[in-house]
Amino acid sequence: MLAKRIIPCLDVRDGKVVKGVQFRNHEIIGDIVPLAQKYAAAGADELVFYDITASSDNRVVDKSWVSRIAEVIDIPFCVAGGIKTEQDAKEILMMGADKISVNSPALRDPSLISRLADVFGQQCIVVGIDSFYDKETGLYQVYQFTGDENRTQQTKWTTFDWIKEVQRRGAGEIVLNCMNQDGVRQGYDIAQLQKARAVCNVPLIASGGAGEISHFADVFKQADVDGALAASVFHKGIIEINDLKQTLKNQNIEIRLC
Amino acid sequence: MMNVIVDTGCANLSSVKFAVERLGFKVTITDDITLIKNADKVILPGVGTAKHAMANIRAKGLVETLQNLTQPVLGFCLGMQLMCDSSVESSDGEKVECLGIIHTDIIPLNAENNRLPHMGWNTLTSVTDHPVFQGINIGDYFYFVHSFAAPISEYTLATCQYGSSFSAVIAKDNFIGCQFHPERSSKLGSKIIKNFLELAL
Repeated sequence: MLAKRIIPCLDVRDGKVVKGVQFRNHEIIGDIVPLAQKYAAAGADELVFYDITASSDNRVVDKSWVSRIAEVIDIPFCVAGGIKTEQDAKEILMMGADKISVNSPALRDPSLISRLADVFGQQCIVVGIDSFYDKETGLYQVYQFTGDENRTQQTKWTTFDWIKEVQRRGAGEIVLNCMNQDGVRQGYDIAQLQKARAVCNVPLIASGGAGEISHFADVFKQADVDGALAASVFHKGIIEINDLKQTLKNQNIEIRLC
Repeated sequence: MMNVIVDTGCANLSSVKFAVERLGFKVTITDDITLIKNADKVILPGVGTAKHAMANIRAKGLVETLQNLTQPVLGFCLGMQLMCDSSVESSDGEKVECLGIIHTDIIPLNAENNRLPHMGWNTLTSVTDHPVFQGINIGDYFYFVHSFAAPISEYTLATCQYGSSFSAVIAKDNFIGCQFHPERSSKLGSKIIKNFLELAL
């Protein structure tokens, strides 16, 4: 049976792992390589590294750390941040990343998704979506440049239309960051993820809101996501990956124990 | 002892190299015909589409060299698929002629109602005795990322299930191919690479 994936997410800014609350006020958590090693050894199924400044600063992700991670870990990892061209993607994959994730550049030029999928294969093209629920309009809206609060802006896309569009263009996986929940540890946005699941035929990864072990069980059972991504609960030691996986396994969720 | 990773022009070469080096072995990434011919062990990695990878292999003039290797050869993911007769993995869906070493064809994975790509950690549902799979058992998890697969055939060495059963590992003579990524499958993946590199010649 295919296991549900537990995915620690490391936000990277200037070569350090940082964490903000609702995408703001970033604090430094630590160095990338030892943290990556620690999570791989603890039983993480995959890691995601987001260079949260790259797109908004109009520069490509600082790549030197990608091969340093590839050297030491033996689980898959994905790199996101400022990948705008086939060449950007190629360099990062060449350095040992297994997948690349595009977000703002795909919104600017949706054909990027199909061009990347054609060259590298659909399976390594992840599309990250930052989605904000507007309580006044009742709409889920896609945002871009969320790494920089001064440049964060709403796009013309509603979340579920964009999810359909990126699949049509060849996305191999979708990471849905529910911005209202990010960093506040109140649980994943089950209602939104259920709606996303209904229109998503590729693997769907939940992101934003994990605070306790029951939140992971809820999102797997209620929204049928393929993986759950979290940052602060792991960085701050609130949840140990081993305990998490054992607890999920005991609830009959398909989990790879280490 | 010379180990080489064939430079298929695909992207995951360095993660394969690092996985070998973590085990304490030396390895060279190359597309040099003489080096590949003279290597003790050959690893054929690959990600992406068969069409793209075969075009690279043809452009580098490596088709015959690879077909005629007599030393142990281990293929990973697309590298495994390239060993087969053909694949339908291309953006236009047309059949791509592959290396024709293992006589089976790569077809779309019949996932039934499951999502594609088949992405993540899945278990082996059968394993045949083979020196490269010593210590690997039914129920062990490996990391898979693919939408196309080799059906079960006389060349199947291990199986996996996702909607339907497919070949997780195929082998013929000195050629062995894993559909999963041993270089990204934690300790058990490393065990396979180590078993391969320690095969007596």
